[in-house]
Amino acid sequence: MRRPLYRDDAVVLRVQKLGESDRIITLLTRRHGRVRAVARGVRRTMSRFGARLEPFGHVDLQLAGDPRTPGLHTVSQVEGIDLYGGSFLADYPRYTSASAIAETAERLTPVEQEPSLRLFLLTLGALRALSLGEHAPTLVLDAYLLRAMGIAGWAPALRECAVCGTPGRHGAFSVPAGGSVCPDCRPPGAAHPAPDTVELMAALAGGDWTVADSSATGVRRECSGLVAAHLQWHLERALRSLPLVDRA
Amino acid sequence: MYEGAIQDLIDELGRLPGVGPKSAQRIAFHVLSADPADVNRLATALRKVKDLVRFCTTCYNVAESEQCRICRDARRSDEVLCVVEEPKDVVAIERTGEFRGRYHVLGGAINPLEGVGPDNLRIRELMARLGAGVTKELILATDPNTEGEATATYLALMVKPMGIQVTRLASGLPVGGDLEYADEITLGRAFEGRRAI
Ligand SMILES: [Zn+2]
Ligand SMILES: [Zn+2]
Repeated sequence: MRRPLYRDDAVVLRVQKLGESDRIITLLTRRHGRVRAVARGVRRTMSRFGARLEPFGHVDLQLAGDPRTPGLHTVSQVEGIDLYGGSFLADYPRYTSASAIAETAERLTPVEQEPSLRLFLLTLGALRALSLGEHAPTLVLDAYLLRAMGIAGWAPALRECAVCGTPGRHGAFSVPAGGSVCPDCRPPGAAHPAPDTVELMAALAGGDWTVADSSATGVRRECSGLVAAHLQWHLERALRSLPLVDRA
Repeated sequence: MYEGAIQDLIDELGRLPGVGPKSAQRIAFHVLSADPADVNRLATALRKVKDLVRFCTTCYNVAESEQCRICRDARRSDEVLCVVEEPKDVVAIERTGEFRGRYHVLGGAINPLEGVGPDNLRIRELMARLGAGVTKELILATDPNTEGEATATYLALMVKPMGIQVTRLASGLPVGGDLEYADEITLGRAFEGRRAI
């Protein structure tokens, strides 16, 4: 029986070798959520897929399989819309940041074939921003992680106390408590980041790039540390790519 | 499910890369009906590969002694070093007959999604070899895919300050293909790497 064909556009999150010359491609599609599909013969230098199924590209696909059922589908055709991967090849910090974005997108879509349009658009936008190179790669990554956590419902509290909701900028930050905490709610072991660090997190979460781009190196580093700690707290297994991000 | 030995063989074969349950079954029954001498040769080859083959202490290619055949060959040039991901890439380049220098096998490519960073590859060992000061040119022959390119980029960044010439294998249009079917990354690469004729 021939499997039904369906069409969607997608971001390539991950490619894994399969057998002699095939690959399993993990895709985040616009309308069908995360999809895993086999690309036959893609590793042969004469493959008709060429570099279109390399990681981080935005592609238009025809897939064979039941669009409503999880499982391994097959790539039947692919056209490149924007092959962002090409712009990361000669830039190691961008490549490692793109890897962390892709791994996060995969981990935030645990169920295959479950649509998540907001995460798709956010992931596509982050990869596009990385390829344009207008902002530092780690800022793009941290903005992505903060907003992705927002979609997952884990956004850290930055403008109010995470426990009692008292509005304002509070000096203490606690990952287990859920973000900024006021003096009354501050649990033991809460961190005291620089005020600029919390400001940077708020700017990245809200898309205020003027503030973000002018931030100091030390502030960026502290922000990355808090964002990573917040994300890891909510994920069962640690992200493999995050410690490998080149923050030079 | 079969009984005992035949199922054990199917299970073991099924763990090999690229062998699915159906192929495992087919191979197992082929072995069962094959000539005992053929099967013994296969069993001996399997045992020998684990007993005799190890990694060359210089380049990490597969070897049957301390150093591999290429590192022992005094006629080859020490001035050109070619970096590859896997021992099978050494074989592929050797088949061209174009290269007379030495190799360094990294053992893979940087792949953050699989948790493979620079420290998981034989990059420190490469730096130590280059530190000896004999190498004049380093050829980066990692795979022409995203991980291989990123690995080459990383290595170039590390090695260039040492004053060694760093080159990358040209990539572009596959011989025998049609231009109109090339994707934009491949075609873009081919433009970058064009040469006078
Ligand atoms: Zn409070
Ligand atoms: Zn050797």
